[in-house]
Amino acid sequence: MKRRDFLGRTSKAVALAAVTGGAGLLFHNRPVYTHADIVSKQADFQIESTGDWPQVVLANNEDAVAALRMSLDGIGGIGRFVKKGERVTIKPNVGWDRTPEQAANTNPLLVGEMVSQCFAAGAARVVVTDVTCNEARRCFARSGIREAAEAAGGEVVLPTEDDFVNADLGGELLTEWPTLRPIIECDRLINMPIVKQHSLSGCTIGMKNFYGIIGGRRHRLHQQIDQSIVDLARFCKPTLVVIDASRVLLRNGPQGGSLSDVATPNAVICATDQVAADTRAVEFLNMPAGRIGHFKLAEKSGLGTMDYRAAGYKELV
Amino acid sequence: MTIRTVRNIRRATQVVFFLLFFWLILKTNFEVNLTPDESGHIALPYPVSIALEFDPLAAIGTLLATGTLYAGLLWSFVILIPTIFFGRFFCGWICPMGTLNHWISEIPSERRSHRGKNKIQSNRYKPYQRIKYYLLVVLLAGALVGTLQTGLLDPLSLLARSIGTVVLPTADMAARGATEWVKSLGIGPLSSLADTMHSIVASVFLPFRPMYFNTIVSLGLFFLLVLVLNRLFTRFWCRGICPLGALLGLFSRWTIFGLEKKEAECDNCGLCALHCQGGDNPELGLKWHQAECHVCLNCQASCPHGSLKFTFFPQSDPKSLTNPPPVETVDISRRKTVAAAAGGLLMLPLLRSGVSFAANPDENAVRPPGSAPEDDFLARCIRCGQCMRVCPNNALHPTLLETGIEGVWTPILVARIGYCEPTCTLCTQVCPTGAIEELTVGEKVGDEDHPPMRIGTAFVDRGRCLPWAMATPCIVCEEWCPTSPKSIYLKEEVVTNSRGERVRVKRPYVDPNLCTGCGACEFACPVADRAAIRITSVGESRSRENQILLERSERRKRSST
Repeated sequence: MKRRDFLGRTSKAVALAAVTGGAGLLFHNRPVYTHADIVSKQADFQIESTGDWPQVVLANNEDAVAALRMSLDGIGGIGRFVKKGERVTIKPNVGWDRTPEQAANTNPLLVGEMVSQCFAAGAARVVVTDVTCNEARRCFARSGIREAAEAAGGEVVLPTEDDFVNADLGGELLTEWPTLRPIIECDRLINMPIVKQHSLSGCTIGMKNFYGIIGGRRHRLHQQIDQSIVDLARFCKPTLVVIDASRVLLRNGPQGGSLSDVATPNAVICATDQVAADTRAVEFLNMPAGRIGHFKLAEKSGLGTMDYRAAGYKELV
Repeated sequence: MTIRTVRNIRRATQVVFFLLFFWLILKTNFEVNLTPDESGHIALPYPVSIALEFDPLAAIGTLLATGTLYAGLLWSFVILIPTIFFGRFFCGWICPMGTLNHWISEIPSERRSHRGKNKIQSNRYKPYQRIKYYLLVVLLAGALVGTLQTGLLDPLSLLARSIGTVVLPTADMAARGATEWVKSLGIGPLSSLADTMHSIVASVFLPFRPMYFNTIVSLGLFFLLVLVLNRLFTRFWCRGICPLGALLGLFSRWTIFGLEKKEAECDNCGLCALHCQGGDNPELGLKWHQAECHVCLNCQASCPHGSLKFTFFPQSDPKSLTNPPPVETVDISRRKTVAAAAGGLLMLPLLRSGVSFAANPDENAVRPPGSAPEDDFLARCIRCGQCMRVCPNNALHPTLLETGIEGVWTPILVARIGYCEPTCTLCTQVCPTGAIEELTVGEKVGDEDHPPMRIGTAFVDRGRCLPWAMATPCIVCEEWCPTSPKSIYLKEEVVTNSRGERVRVKRPYVDPNLCTGCGACEFACPVADRAAIRITSVGESRSRENQILLERSERRKRSST
């Protein structure tokens, strides 16, 4: 064997041995599991409350859009809530694969009108989104909400994996949870629930509507439903609550199915107090608000008052 | 027009039909921009299963098995009748599986044994090419007595299910993985580039959300095997196995168009055989096998001396050494054909003497809504996978042995992955053979004239259910139950938990009169692995025997959903 061959071959072998051993040392004892980054930002989009306006305004009109305009004017107009250049996220209830008449999802006409209102107030971008229960494409299609929102120029987000961030909800019960990005990354949040019966929480209105901002296996939340709802409502404080009571679902909630489950109070509520708003709206279900566990817990946690009349209430017909 | 131009037209035709087929499978999908009509019904905008309706094997197989020709299957005569006059042009010009085999076969090989003289030798007619005729006889004899197994080997079914349930989901998983990996590098511009690339690819090719399929490995390996065999023998599948090719070969007996070999200056260069697709002996001096020829025209186009010509009513001379009469019949023996037919006929009694036809079939094998009764279902399903591809909930899956060996790769519903959405009728819209009969929304959810379509019944597992076994509140199954009135009802009880506290819980019960077996409860149940409420097939509308109740108080819906 020549010296040149000997040196060449041995040096290559040593180099490979060094790389192999080095790589072993480099990766040795790295943590087995690394947590994904957690965003800890409160989704608090409330505006300063002034004494000039009532906290809860209800308008009655057979034309749902007219009712929305009336109640919105009664609470100060859209200009009070949305300023020029802001990014607005609208969170309707699009939970179920149902048609508008079945009153399982927010009235699409109201969603469309709200998008238009935001743009009229100078919003730069209006996103309409919800984490649906049934299949997202079907829910957004059959509820009519995708079409209505897009027709008004809104951007509809059907949540996929990429649309969630890991957020620290900072609740008693709910801490780290995958949360919809457009709910956190916006300037104004408008909660647009519909009024429905629910066999565990009593009703699904505004605060319960925030089940639709999180992903993951959220069905476990039902085990302590009142605390879960209040944790979500405390994390996520909307600029404005617009409650669709043009149609309400009296039974077989929260998805109904039969038109005989539906009543039509032809009302729309605009509110700045989440608890007061829900307390007024639950009356459409002929349910005493005092029996709703999450209302009481929310009031106790300082999220608002169940005495909506004291908070400032106005009814427009 | 020169023969080379005609060959280029054929190549273009192959590309067009392959892309068309692929596009139809892509469109067998619930797209985000679909909009319901006034009654809330959502229909697919294209006849996405039309390619499968042009399949003569599906048509003849289901015709033999059921005595009927379902809906669009009459289209297959557009292929079958011209074949009688022009031979297996479908194999050489149209069949997308054939095209894929063609392309893969023609990638130059690095192995000596697959080039030059060796390839010419391997391209000559071989006895193994008879296998497909015997397979066809077995399959059609089976169909005649009522078990349709053609779909396992039907090239259009094979390609449709392989693209829909193997290739696209795998591509999706790969694309997501690659994007994640690039983003994990943490280089800003690279991450956004990866996101953009992914969203472009996803918008064209990939499903809206990840799709998962049962036994995808068996489907994938079978498809891979078919593709890989091309590298050992040119178009092994088309020449040796394909029962559709065999069927078209049988119908080519009296073609009026074929290959004529001239006495001209042939120097035995072998280029014709080198490029032959069918393995049908185009060389001068050999007998041309009419039923094997794909009419791809490669032999004529590659002949440097003009010795070969496709023509109407080709002439031959029994005494000629260069242009002997072709072999017009398919090369099968009578005895073996009879044996194959006997085997096919016996397949049914053999398969149905298994336990699954004595007792109820596997109770977990829940068929899609609108499915025919099991024996009729197995006489119609061609395993194309279109129902599985179109289901927006990823609820339908191919079986392996869940419905017996007779039902391999037929669809069942796996509620833990996806339930059956009451107002969705997409799987019934795409089934090309009527194994799943088309339903209106009224027929599916029930209206004045129809009871709701039931695919099974839900059962509460009281040992796993939170309010039943763990003194913990939960009503998720009731919340998700889509019927009105709800098929799951609750009864409030006060129970004692492990700390001795009295807890108020609502316990779920199922009303079998109302339950349609959609599986929404099983899907939503928070017990993450094996759900505490599960559906089985009992109570399904399609069966008279697989029932629980003596009498069902049918629900008449007050309004349609």
